[in-house]
Amino acid sequence: MPTKTVQAPIPGTFYRKPAPDQPVFKSEGDAVAAGDTVGLIEVMKSFTPVVAEEAGRIVAFHVENEDAVMAGQPLYDLEA
Amino acid sequence: MALEILKPGLSTTVQDLGRPGYYHLGIPLSGGMDRYALAAANLLVGNDEGDAVLEAVFLGPEIRFGADATVAVTGADLPPKVDGAEQPTWTAFTVKAGQVLSFGFLKSGARAYVAVSGGIDVPVVLGSRSTYPLGALGGHEGRALKSGDNLPVGTVRRAAQPNASVPEALRRGPGASPVLRVLPGLYWHRITEEAGRRFFEDTWKVAPEADRIGYRFRGGRPLDFVPREQPFGAGSDPSNIVDSCYPYGSIQVPGGTEPIVLHRDAVSGGGYFMIGTVISADMDLIGQLQPHQSARFEAVDMPAALAARKDRARMLDEVKAALAG
Repeated sequence: MPTKTVQAPIPGTFYRKPAPDQPVFKSEGDAVAAGDTVGLIEVMKSFTPVVAEEAGRIVAFHVENEDAVMAGQPLYDLEA
Repeated sequence: MALEILKPGLSTTVQDLGRPGYYHLGIPLSGGMDRYALAAANLLVGNDEGDAVLEAVFLGPEIRFGADATVAVTGADLPPKVDGAEQPTWTAFTVKAGQVLSFGFLKSGARAYVAVSGGIDVPVVLGSRSTYPLGALGGHEGRALKSGDNLPVGTVRRAAQPNASVPEALRRGPGASPVLRVLPGLYWHRITEEAGRRFFEDTWKVAPEADRIGYRFRGGRPLDFVPREQPFGAGSDPSNIVDSCYPYGSIQVPGGTEPIVLHRDAVSGGGYFMIGTVISADMDLIGQLQPHQSARFEAVDMPAALAARKDRARMLDEVKAALAG
């Protein structure tokens, strides 16, 4: 099945959870629908959701919770 | 002629060279964070250097053009595309009526300037078209752009040279790890000699919350203050002073831990100690720093600061000469 790598749209700090004491938005192996939030990127005092543009299954994450990311950096692999 | 905003980007605002003259009343300078790149973008499309452009930070907008126009994108390396076809930065290109300007992923820098021949023709407020979002002043309805906005474009005053390009050597940017020059300030005596030395030795990193108001840095060692009984009117923390004016570029250090360089949308006064002021020539470089990028500060004196200001002005003159052919 075709796999697509989703990149960070903006630089900042990447979060896999909505809050420190909450579970991750998505784990490896989870199905995602278009419009699902997969993570957050914090920059300029705001948190921008990373929203799935297409449906599929997350095969792998390339970044950990609270990692610094650059724009264009691979975030996760999605299997269609 | 109008520009239709299909997607706004992260925070895209109308900016010109700013709104000086009201800072003493609490209204900040605003204007482009990288004024050199802003002026160069305008010159590429035949505008006056201080015409209004779009400033896009980190993520580019998507814009449908209502008429043919010449466009140039300078500053951050945010690759422009016309109907999907990539265009060079720091170079004039044509967008035809009905075509869509969009952008690829940011490669370097932080803020791209999108100049359109004729300039963005929003109303002038207190002498400027710049947006000050915190004060809901200027720009398009005093705010960052939203999907569905229509922006008026002014009348073209002079024809742009097709494919005009700013020579590589004149494309000013901060590079990977810039040195920001600082004039030590009035409050220098408040910190120990050792703390002053460490401030300029340490490598600092841009904090993710850095924005148009101020650029916060982390990672260096905290400041030690010279002990004193705090004067009347100053707060109890040793980093507090009796309220004072905050110059554009001043570096305040709340709690002595994380320096904040005040930028174009800053507040004009308050009670934090300032270690010094970033020289005007280097403020453009700060506007192009990404979160987590490293930088160092270097102490300079007033003659060096004035010489750097002249060098920057000379570079812009060279851009004008190069584009005049």
